[in-house]
Amino acid sequence: MAIRKASRTRLIGALTAATVALALGACGGGDSDDVASDGTVTLEFAQWWAPELPDGSFDKIINEFQTANPNIKVKLLSGPYASTKQQLVTGAASKTLPDVVGLDGAWVNDFAKQGAIADLTKLMDEAGYDSSQLASQIQLEGKTYMIPVVNFVYPLFVNQDLLTKAGVDKVPSTRTEFADAAKKITATGGNVKGWALPLDTAVPNGIQNDVMSWLWASGGSMLADGKPALTTPQVKSVVEYVKSLNDAGVIAEGSLTMKEQDKVEKFTTGQVGMMIDSLAHINLVKENAPNLKFAIAPVPAEDGFTGKRGIPYASWGIGVADSSKHKAEAFKLVQFLMDAKANAELATLANGFPGNKTAKPDFSKSDPLFEEAFKIYQEGFPANEFVGLPKSEDLMRSFDEQLQLVLTGKSSVDDALAKSQDAWSSVIE
Amino acid sequence: MTSLTVEKPPPAEPEAPTRTTKNLARRLVPFGYLSPTVVLIVVLMVVPIIMVISYSFRDNVIVQENSVFAGFANYTEVLTDPDFTAALKNTFIFITVSMVAHLLLGLAFAMMLNSGLLSGVTKAIFRVVYVLPWLFTIAVIAVIWRLLLDPAGVVNYVLQTLGIVQDGVNWLGDPGSALWVVTFVNIWSGYPFFMISLLAGLQGIPGELYEAASVDGANPWQKFWNVTIPQLRPVIISMAVLDLIWTSQQFALIWMMTGGGPLNSTEMLSTFTYKLAFSEYEFATASASAVIVLLLTMILAFFYVRQQRER
Repeated sequence: MAIRKASRTRLIGALTAATVALALGACGGGDSDDVASDGTVTLEFAQWWAPELPDGSFDKIINEFQTANPNIKVKLLSGPYASTKQQLVTGAASKTLPDVVGLDGAWVNDFAKQGAIADLTKLMDEAGYDSSQLASQIQLEGKTYMIPVVNFVYPLFVNQDLLTKAGVDKVPSTRTEFADAAKKITATGGNVKGWALPLDTAVPNGIQNDVMSWLWASGGSMLADGKPALTTPQVKSVVEYVKSLNDAGVIAEGSLTMKEQDKVEKFTTGQVGMMIDSLAHINLVKENAPNLKFAIAPVPAEDGFTGKRGIPYASWGIGVADSSKHKAEAFKLVQFLMDAKANAELATLANGFPGNKTAKPDFSKSDPLFEEAFKIYQEGFPANEFVGLPKSEDLMRSFDEQLQLVLTGKSSVDDALAKSQDAWSSVIE
Repeated sequence: MTSLTVEKPPPAEPEAPTRTTKNLARRLVPFGYLSPTVVLIVVLMVVPIIMVISYSFRDNVIVQENSVFAGFANYTEVLTDPDFTAALKNTFIFITVSMVAHLLLGLAFAMMLNSGLLSGVTKAIFRVVYVLPWLFTIAVIAVIWRLLLDPAGVVNYVLQTLGIVQDGVNWLGDPGSALWVVTFVNIWSGYPFFMISLLAGLQGIPGELYEAASVDGANPWQKFWNVTIPQLRPVIISMAVLDLIWTSQQFALIWMMTGGGPLNSTEMLSTFTYKLAFSEYEFATASASAVIVLLLTMILAFFYVRQQRER
């Protein structure tokens, strides 16, 4: 009896272990039941926005949506920008993207070509949505794949105390004025430099925000008919200008491995007099340096330029997974977030500018600089030519590497631009 | 006798299947217990490795729907890429220098903590101080050292104050110094593991061996070479091989400190592969690069396993 019992126990143990193993195996491939018995649909929404907003504020907006649409539940998948990107890249590859996805304009081309994100033009038509209220749409071959929900512009930040100390009484508006101010600020000594230029290659968005912004501010373009145009006099003048600032020693040292957060840190601690940065960082700067006096202005343009200035921007974009079984419900969420009221609320919370043209962000409780920035935004035009390009991060990185060669004297401007042109041409067909 | 034999239940034939079933069940029991681990290993290790190997022989994988067989084309592309060659060279320098320095520092500190020259309290303080770098996560280490090594940071301030350098050194932004600086930081963060392992090894050496050496007239240097090192040899070899394997996989530190720059001077095989996959979306060549790294690591793993068997 005892032997039989022990044998049975062993067998039960083994069976239990095997069952656990099978259950574990099943976990990986299981399809979640996203439609409840009462017909309620659960949408997954992956984004990096919630962590960047005040605690709980995004949940509140989503709750408003759920109240208005009792048959739709939203499960927020929130993470930092970098990990969200990696998750979406792998999700897009395996066709397991969440129903609704937060998108950066730089990812759209690749996701759309993979067939990972849905054609929103079709969804808008099916829903009878009036797209004329949208400030912009990111399109590929005439089809919309991303709608910018909130836009963040990148103006010039100027430390007014350092400017005054350097004897400069006007915020620079032209390249000559900027170079002059940078030199004078650097001349005040004490490890202070005029400008911060982050060229780290891990996240090479310094090319977009801190280098190409000079081009767009003067109405220039790095593309011609959708093809790379990096050897034009306009692009050359930007690279030569950056090189002249570097040769003059006005750029904070360590720029070849400097990250965006280092740039903001140096400006906040008064180590640099000027930087081009996201408006979203105003609160961060104020929080870390309450006594710092700074102003914002449009990015300086070429001397004598009188046209409209392009102002670089980044967006919190939104799209729908092509693999989603509930595209109509997913578009309802998109529609809600682009609604004038919700969009204004979100833009106000995010300190950004709304993606709905009719939405009016509430600046009454915000820093006056946001209102100032809104004027700059309205006087110019949002410019970011990397949005919608394929492998845009790779394009930035290859340009970055060539620019680094120029700044270290290992390549001429012409050679660097020719090589960048070749590298870009192999990507942008 | 005959009647007794007839009254008994049929002997062997009906019992045989029961015994066989029991034996089979007994033999299956260990596999039943092992099955969760086996399933996890297959799902999390074997399947991904096979998938990556398969991707490395194909083109247009993952991001495109129509992948095609490409033979060794991806391997040829990776192996002839000058950036890969540079990454291989940097990785070799990085892992070799790190391992040698980890070993020397770990041994020196372990011997200090094992010596009878220091009091118990002093040893405890040193032990805590020496082990501190090991307690930080790589992200914290990268942030701390980036701040310290900033051209306007603490390291330059101290060097300038002491008159060792005139102007601030651009430690991470200079292609000439960046690789050595990240190697230094990796050494700083990794030596405590060697120290602790070697300290355990030192404490396991019987005192009689040193007494016998003393009787033979050996001086401290001779005791070190003829007693300490031979006794620590298995630990040293194991740790060295493991360290080479771990360091060759180092990604976070490089990515967070330099991103492989400036001018690819700190590009490692890990950062090279990551860029291929997540920046260029070239998953086929990234897979080929990953398989090459796997093969190189397996050579080290082979030596490790062989050394462990010998023990």
